[in-house]
Amino acid sequence: MKMKLFSYNLVDTYVHRLSGLTKLICFLLLTFAVMFSYDIRVLIFVLAFSLWILRISLIKYKQIRLMVIYVAVFLITNAIIAYLFAPEYGVDLYGTRHELAHILGRYSITQEQMFYQMTKLIKYASVIPLGIIFLLTTNPSEFASSLNGVGVHYKAAFAVELTLRYFPDVQREYHDISQAQQARGLELSSKTKLGTRFKNSLQIIIPLIFSTLDRIELISNAMDLRGFGKQKKRTWYNQRRLTKEDVLAIVVSVAIFLFTIAVSVFVNHSRFYNPFI
Amino acid sequence: MKDMFKVSTRTIVATGLGAAIFMLLFMYVKVPSPVPETSFQTAYGLGAFFATLFGPIAGALIAFIGHALSDAVQYGSPWWSWVIASGVAGFIYGFAYKSTSVEEGTFETKDIIRFNVIQIVGNLIAWVIVAPVLDILIYAEPVSLVFTQGIIAAIMNSISAGVIGTLLLIAYAKTRTKEGSLTKN
Amino acid sequence: MTSKPIISFKNFTFQYYSQAEPTLYDINLDIYPGEKILIVGPSGSGKSTLGHCLNGLIPFSYKGNSTGSLTINGQETRELDIFTLSKIIGTVLQDADGQFVGLTVGEDIAFAMENDCVDTDTMRKRVKDVSAMVDMDKLLTSSPFELSGGQKQRTSLAGVMIDDVDVLLFDEPLANLDPKTGKVAIEIIDDIQKQSQKTVIIIEHRLEDVLHRNVDRILVIDEGRIIADKDAHNLVSSSVLLDTGIREPLYVTALKLAGVSVKPEMLPGHISSIQTKEVAMDVRNWFNAQVKASPEKEGSSLLTMEKVSFSYDGVVPILKNINFDIAEGEMVAIVGKNGAGKSTVSKVLCGFELEDEGRVLIRGEDIRNMTIRERAETIGLVMQNPNQMISKPMIYDEVALGLRLRGVPEEEIEPRIKKVLAVCGLAPFIKWPISALSYGQKKRVTIASILVLEPDILILDEPTAGQDYRHYSEIMEFLVRINRLGVTVIMITHDMHLMLEYTPRSIVLAGGEIVADTSASAVLTDADIIEKANLKVTSLFNLAQMVGIPDETAFVQSFIDVERRLRDHEDEAVQL
Ligand SMILES: Nc1ncnc2c1ncn2[C@@H]1O[C@H](COP(=O)(O)OP(=O)(O)OP(=O)(O)O)[C@@H](O)[C@H]1O
Ligand SMILES: Nc1ncnc2c1ncn2[C@@H]1O[C@H](COP(=O)(O)OP(=O)(O)OP(=O)(O)O)[C@@H](O)[C@H]1O
Ligand SMILES: [Mg+2]
Ligand SMILES: [Mg+2]
Repeated sequence: MKMKLFSYNLVDTYVHRLSGLTKLICFLLLTFAVMFSYDIRVLIFVLAFSLWILRISLIKYKQIRLMVIYVAVFLITNAIIAYLFAPEYGVDLYGTRHELAHILGRYSITQEQMFYQMTKLIKYASVIPLGIIFLLTTNPSEFASSLNGVGVHYKAAFAVELTLRYFPDVQREYHDISQAQQARGLELSSKTKLGTRFKNSLQIIIPLIFSTLDRIELISNAMDLRGFGKQKKRTWYNQRRLTKEDVLAIVVSVAIFLFTIAVSVFVNHSRFYNPFI
Repeated sequence: MKDMFKVSTRTIVATGLGAAIFMLLFMYVKVPSPVPETSFQTAYGLGAFFATLFGPIAGALIAFIGHALSDAVQYGSPWWSWVIASGVAGFIYGFAYKSTSVEEGTFETKDIIRFNVIQIVGNLIAWVIVAPVLDILIYAEPVSLVFTQGIIAAIMNSISAGVIGTLLLIAYAKTRTKEGSLTKN
Repeated sequence: MTSKPIISFKNFTFQYYSQAEPTLYDINLDIYPGEKILIVGPSGSGKSTLGHCLNGLIPFSYKGNSTGSLTINGQETRELDIFTLSKIIGTVLQDADGQFVGLTVGEDIAFAMENDCVDTDTMRKRVKDVSAMVDMDKLLTSSPFELSGGQKQRTSLAGVMIDDVDVLLFDEPLANLDPKTGKVAIEIIDDIQKQSQKTVIIIEHRLEDVLHRNVDRILVIDEGRIIADKDAHNLVSSSVLLDTGIREPLYVTALKLAGVSVKPEMLPGHISSIQTKEVAMDVRNWFNAQVKASPEKEGSSLLTMEKVSFSYDGVVPILKNINFDIAEGEMVAIVGKNGAGKSTVSKVLCGFELEDEGRVLIRGEDIRNMTIRERAETIGLVMQNPNQMISKPMIYDEVALGLRLRGVPEEEIEPRIKKVLAVCGLAPFIKWPISALSYGQKKRVTIASILVLEPDILILDEPTAGQDYRHYSEIMEFLVRINRLGVTVIMITHDMHLMLEYTPRSIVLAGGEIVADTSASAVLTDADIIEKANLKVTSLFNLAQMVGIPDETAFVQSFIDVERRLRDHEDEAVQL
């Protein structure tokens, strides 16, 4: 079983050298830009930019293959269902109708629908590389301090740190409990009926949760004994000081973010780019 | 009611570990449903249980962190609209904290009903209002699609929280001991 | 002592909220700065509770009623909060894993300073210094699952020392450590105490192991009361240990067997201090009078591992070419250092993990295709960590689980459970929830839940960790009894006493290979094996040398034989 959550790999690239805080800020700015804009030109630009960053941070395809498959499946199903549910949604959005072909009943192919679905596909796709870069180049140890750095309360940030710390333990424990239960006579193989399988998986979840409750007691005792929550704030051992490289990255991200907003406000006068009028 | 939002070290630890289990269940212990992009998530049962024991803040953070991280691991990036909706659901589940007497070792019909009303309200608000609205705002998804998805999610997560959450709470109530009740015999 | 006590209990009584009776009664105790105190006592006697009163977890985290007074540095603890107390008393909890909250060693050590808002540079420097003291400075970026048990323990130690506290409190620091790592842990604690003059309080069952280095006083707690407060020499010479069911050092038992009356003047507290000139003759005479027992004959082959190799991730080999054959009715110990692969062997046997190469046979039949459940009909495994086995909130249901899954009728279940709980010393707790038990008690629940299924082969992973000597002896006596009835018993253990006293044969693992498969007395007197497997020379060996017995192994063997014979007599007496 995979023990580390993210296959964070230490290579010396520009992206890796950035502090976790910088990466989080850039990630958020670019993600918000993408979420806000519905202009395919802007989206393609951000997608290209993030793919370029993916390249220079030396992430190997092997590391992200699984995610790419998952995302592809998601995008394709989403596109199909969206079309089935609302084949004329693009027409509503853009206010014109250029039919290319009629299929059946209310289903026909229009330029507007194609354009809308294309834009949406790119919109979804362009956040993925950003997330991947952030996850695979950030040292998990810096994660919590970065969250704290962007204004998340330190207690909530530390909860995230605890999640990262204990996920491998929880995962291993789930595995061990499932074996211990099988050794006492529980049937878990896929042969059994869905209902029984569900009931049996509860037999594992319950001990997992109850042993976790005990552990919560223990860990919070250990943390209290070492003064957690004493002050209004806290410092972080793994926090890094910002360098010129960090400033550059932030400036570029802010620029892209402002650019996106500016395009919407001054060029399109809306979140949507409408080539049909 | 007054310390509903109090955050102690125990709340934080419960949040961190709860989110870890939430992630595990969210990724590995789910039953696919016939409707695409939805599945029967055991994780919400766990979320409702933890929220009832540790309050709204823990409930919200557990679902938010757990959902965000498992999206990140699987898809490379969190799906913010649904992640936020998860957080809202967890937050509302948390109102069962203090309004049930599970910590005192009883979880009977009255408490079961109260817990379930709260979790169903939470699921309705999260999946029939918050998630679709965010989907429309952020991704401009078709209205009919997102509401249909939302209603299905609300039903399935209510069943998950209702069945698993209730069972967990009953089991938990049994482990609670009353004052001065332990003697060796 | 001229100075004022740093810790002072006066008529102190404490009762947990959920308990009907107090757990600590009328404690009167003064501890002075710079003292090193050891607290021993049966499981459930209130040792950890006493510790919680000191570090503030009572009443901060555990609710209850206390009367009387407890002052630290002259201040009444009731008026202090846990943060103030944590600056005076640093606690290393029983479970090193639970205490490790950081993602890496460095972060974990720095945790207390982070909470104090110390700036990053100061923090880094201090972490470097403190980690060097416990020899962890090369591993600052390692994550917890890359560390051995001993290394985690060192990290915990550094994590509390970073605050420069006055008092260090250890709750069972040795549980789960292999003998050599345990010895090193005691040395580290001792060195730090000597260097910094801190007050040190150690709670521990393994008396002889702690007495590897000097302690000033030993407190014996029984049923919530302090019943003895002596130095090591006086304590082992008295009958307190036997009366409360705490294991005395082995060499003391051996001397007593040889008819020597152990007196404080002999300085018997430590194997390094004891004077044996006067009594050497007695011991030699005793040894020469022993008849050598003939080795027991073997039954037919029951469980075999043939050239088994295994790796979890396909990269790092954990088991390499393991061969052994266990006969029907044998009692075998598997020993070796932390991470040697002992638990892994048990997992492969039970089918939790599948061997990469080689074969596992039961009665000559390859069991490769048997599922976990099918194997469980023959092999019962008690896992190392009790929390992973416990799935029911109530003790009774937990023990009944396996029977119920096998469809045993309810009328039959009850008497079987009562019997097994009595054997495991849990009869008084039959109606209790598991959440109110101490760690040692939980471990016994898991043993009971497997014993009740009556398997042919019983594998116990660390059966006695966290147990006091009385329960330990009870469990072991029970295992010996069922072993006589034909159940084959395999024990994975760090406990050298257990291996010596109960298992005629020991398989020693080191680096995934078997480095010895012979009698316990031969293993524990062989310097080469001891070194390879992180074991520790038994004090009986040192005693033999001291009194001038040239064949140490034979001496150790005689001791074991005599002990065993005495035990059998008692057993027969009980049965008659
Ligand atoms: N949180 C609690 N609530 C109620 N009772 C408790 C609690 N913790 C411990 N006890 C009870 O107090 C008694 C003493 O427990 P304690 O943990 O102090 O024992 P111990 O001497 O440390 O034992 P061990 O050697 O097994 O760790 C036990 O009988 C236990 O059942
Ligand atoms: N599920 C697992 N996945 C990957 N590696 C594992 C797993 N379990 C154990 N290991 C590794 O296998 C090695 C042997 O572990 P094992 O638990 O068998 O040791 P052990 O001899 O029982 O040690 P201890 O005395 O500390 O209990 C260790 O290096 C451990 O880190
Ligand atoms: Mg204890
Ligand atoms: Mg082990």
